[in-house]
Amino acid sequence: MSGLDLEKYRDPALARKLVARIAALATAPASLMEVCGTHTMAISQFGIRGLIPKAVRLLSGPGCPVCVTSLGDIDRMIAIARQPGVVLATFGDMVRVPGSAGSLAAARAAGADVRVVYSALDALRIAVEQPAKQVVFAGVGFETTSPTIAATVIEARDRGVGNFSVYPAFKLVPPALEAILSGGRVGIDGFLLPGHVSAIIGSRPYRFIAEQHGVPCVIAGFEPLDILEAIALLLEQRAGAAGASVQNEYSRSVPEQGNPDALKILEQVFQPVDAMWRAIGTIPRSGLGFRPAFARFDAARLFDIAAAPASEPDGCRCGQVMMGLIQPDQCGHFGKTCTPSDPVGPCMVSSEGACAAWFKYGVTA
Amino acid sequence: MCLAIPAKIESITDGRADVDIRGLKKRIGLALLPGAQVGDFVLLHAGFAIQRIDPAEAEETYRLLEQTGITVT
Repeated sequence: MSGLDLEKYRDPALARKLVARIAALATAPASLMEVCGTHTMAISQFGIRGLIPKAVRLLSGPGCPVCVTSLGDIDRMIAIARQPGVVLATFGDMVRVPGSAGSLAAARAAGADVRVVYSALDALRIAVEQPAKQVVFAGVGFETTSPTIAATVIEARDRGVGNFSVYPAFKLVPPALEAILSGGRVGIDGFLLPGHVSAIIGSRPYRFIAEQHGVPCVIAGFEPLDILEAIALLLEQRAGAAGASVQNEYSRSVPEQGNPDALKILEQVFQPVDAMWRAIGTIPRSGLGFRPAFARFDAARLFDIAAAPASEPDGCRCGQVMMGLIQPDQCGHFGKTCTPSDPVGPCMVSSEGACAAWFKYGVTA
Repeated sequence: MCLAIPAKIESITDGRADVDIRGLKKRIGLALLPGAQVGDFVLLHAGFAIQRIDPAEAEETYRLLEQTGITVT
């Protein structure tokens, strides 16, 4: 792509120099949490753990939106998909995630009209083309994704599309980090912050982590050199006298203020609500619900389905994995009774789940 | 799920952009980046341009990486 050369962010010679810099900084054990599932996948894919000293532990955080979608929300999406006349449109990652009884894939096999789409705009197109159907989009994702769905809802309103709705199960990243820090159960020496969530929200919403909790933060891109540089910056912050701050390694895609146009659209359609995170629990103001002016697009209201109380599969430790309390191979199911082809919990289903990434790339602690 | 890929805007009509993704052509939403222009590199996520990619910043970050890498070894 002329004018933009990102291939060089994979340069092996420069990677070796960064690894040497990290090794010189790793004078004491450090636990760094990568918050984003796309980072989890990149770290495993590029074998970053094998490059850096054992003293630097990389922990996966709650950054896989599919993994943290609650059992109750999945059960309700499945129940909606089973209604006559409904098309349930979803990102592909959601289809195989187990609810308390079955998945969207199982519902589809039993006759439900479940369709995988790449964008909420695709779901809107289905609604326009099939006016006799009720098209419901499974609204899953962080701040990277929710503005795309807000923009689609506004387009549906402006075009007068009456048979399109969204089941809102969105999650917000900063409140989850606050919950991890205030939980006090895990010592974290630095956060590798999600690049594409930050492309929307900017760097300001993370300041409390450095200022109130004294934990170093670096917003990072997704190429190997981005990740290695971010690790080095986190260790330098820890060693330095200046105290913790929020640094931005990914300035090519993350302006300090994020994307104000996207935030405006997001806030026009949705408002913060308390949200249940699978295997973690309820986190105050960590989700998004429809504002009253857009209530007619709210599938949770249109279909009003109560889900029976559900409990996690026996022995599944996804919650502890996502809070950075254990590594995937410390779970008794991992690689034995829980594999990507026959998963027990959500962290093994999504390609971005920590367990799936560890299994696929043969990671060991 | 927060995967976003670079795309180059080739034309803009009716709030949509035709983009090039390493030779693959696609039509994407521009509602989240209304100021985007033909020739811009953007991050494409879930059918929308969500942010500009600044080629000058990409160069500057790389230049810093090269320098800091060299000082250690």
